Amino acid sequence: MSPEHGATVAEALTRYIFPNDLHVHWSLMIVLYPYITGIVAGAFIVSSLYHVFHIRALKPISRYSLIFALAFLACATLPLLNHLGHPERALNMMLTPSPTSAMAGFGYIYSAYGIVLSLEILFIYRPTLVALKKEATDVMSAVYTVLTIGSDNLSPRALALDRKVIAFLAGIGIPMACTLHGYVGFIFGGVKANPLWATPLMPVIFLLSACVSGIAGIILSYVLIKKFAGESVDMECIRTCIKFLWGFFILDFVFEMLELFSHAYMATHHWHTLRELLWGPLFGSYWIAQVGIFSVIPFFMLGWLSLFRLSDATVRIWGAVASFMILVQVLLMRWNVVIGGQLMSKSERGVTYYHPGWFEKEGILPSIIIMLLPLVILYVLSRIFPLWQTEDTAAGEESAG
Amino acid sequence: MMDMDAVQEEINRDRRAFISKVFQGTIAGSLLLVIPAGAMDLAGIPEQIPGMRAETGPFITRRKFAFVVDITRCIGCGSCCVADRNEYQVPEGNYRTWVERYIIDDHDNVYVDSPDGGLDGYQEPRTDIPYPVRDTFFVPKLCNMCEKPSCVQVCPVGATFQTEDGFVLIDQKRCVACGYCVQACPYSVRFINPVTRTADKCTWCYHRVRKGLLPACVNVCPVQARKFGDLNDRESEVYKILHLPHVVSVLKPGMGNKPSLHYVGLRREVV
Repeated sequence: MSPEHGATVAEALTRYIFPNDLHVHWSLMIVLYPYITGIVAGAFIVSSLYHVFHIRALKPISRYSLIFALAFLACATLPLLNHLGHPERALNMMLTPSPTSAMAGFGYIYSAYGIVLSLEILFIYRPTLVALKKEATDVMSAVYTVLTIGSDNLSPRALALDRKVIAFLAGIGIPMACTLHGYVGFIFGGVKANPLWATPLMPVIFLLSACVSGIAGIILSYVLIKKFAGESVDMECIRTCIKFLWGFFILDFVFEMLELFSHAYMATHHWHTLRELLWGPLFGSYWIAQVGIFSVIPFFMLGWLSLFRLSDATVRIWGAVASFMILVQVLLMRWNVVIGGQLMSKSERGVTYYHPGWFEKEGILPSIIIMLLPLVILYVLSRIFPLWQTEDTAAGEESAG
Repeated sequence: MMDMDAVQEEINRDRRAFISKVFQGTIAGSLLLVIPAGAMDLAGIPEQIPGMRAETGPFITRRKFAFVVDITRCIGCGSCCVADRNEYQVPEGNYRTWVERYIIDDHDNVYVDSPDGGLDGYQEPRTDIPYPVRDTFFVPKLCNMCEKPSCVQVCPVGATFQTEDGFVLIDQKRCVACGYCVQACPYSVRFINPVTRTADKCTWCYHRVRKGLLPACVNVCPVQARKFGDLNDRESEVYKILHLPHVVSVLKPGMGNKPSLHYVGLRREVV
């Protein structure tokens, strides 16, 4: 036996994973959880770019992005509940929280953010809802009465007060959206036993990828909804969105790569395990899919779309394609972090494998259902809250902020 | 107004009665496996941890328990794993304790395995080692009962908690099975029990210890590779091992968890 061959044999034989590490406990559900909260946070950022930072080009989607965020927010806890062994005890996290737990704060942060987002929607939509209430029949009239909290007052003084409230809510909404998703990153980043997760950069990377996924989700859905509705897309809005998407994605992708490069450069004993993971079971989903196809290609596509004078159709179609690829990139990133981190045994000597089944409780089909639900909720919400501003509603918006 | 001491006494009496009922139930079951039939009465069983039966009150604060595994003694027979399986209904594929076999060849390659957690013992030598073997040893693994436990830190509902005498335990009635503790444990001693749908792990046989008995695995070890005792008792074997010159270490000291599980003769190859 040649020495080379012997070394290979030995390498293969040294694999050992702890007996309890064979099973991957955090399934596809925990991949979806940060994915959905990220989309929520990102969509809110789009709305804030208009409402707080007054990027006027984004006005056509400023309301839509809030409703979009709410639809996804409504489903953010579903994967968690489906994952818990005892979902009936889930509220204990808020009733009897352990203050040292990085997870115990999620219920509070999520609820607080939900309240701010809902209030902001109600105040921004108030003039519209009052107008709709006057035209509505029985049931819808009751719905609008509840949503306007019985106030039909559209006097300049009332609208001026609304404007102040909206500015306040949108203002505190930005740090809250950042906290929501930065915090989700911290849930992973605080696990010192896992060399892939335990990095102070984790909240940053999660937050940037959240912004990216939210903006991409808005662009793609905006283009698709308008396409199916046979309405025109506001091209200035789309071009501005694409520029922001490119900007955030530059930061996101560069940080993701810097994080890996830092690990490689420091080359602690953890790098040995990480390298085995990234060039082992994660090679396909990380290097080929996440980095190679769904990061590098949209990176250049977005640059091309942002920097060159292109026809409206080109921007619309390729902008949507790039956005779709970014959405896949972020989903792959969540997968590679959540599942990838668990594939490394804490024995530091080997990796396990995970292949979700289609029909198991936390498998692929439940995941598809959970990802489709926000779209159903978005449709229902669109029946109540007009997603797009017509001239009438715009007049109210103009005076309300 | 009732005197506060009287109220406290009332509470303590209720607790004692409750705990004693709980222990009578679980201990009776486990003793059947260790003690010949007919010896059900605890009074007939010698106390294995001095003074434990004199302890009153639900909380023990004067003791600091520690576990010592002597790697130089372990023969990999798997008796501890069998005793553990008998003591608890551990579902297939999950391990409260296991024994690893380390083999090092003369090219310094390290081979580790633990088929079925070492439950059947290591009766056959490995035949797939391409070079002459220069060293081999066994490493039993169990809960490290950390002084700074990651699992207690991350548990969102406080279901995993630490007692003052050094145990890290799980309240099965509170656990939501989020799995965060499983991720946080650097030693992978935790699992989600598919039957109870809660987190589960080695308890150092807390129910036995409270009755003055040694953990089941310590009791059955034929070579005294597993030792358990009170570090506040200067006569205990664990105190002597940890306070006299010995080659003693803990697993993954860099994690900062300060395990109460110590290893005599721990080798650098062991993770």
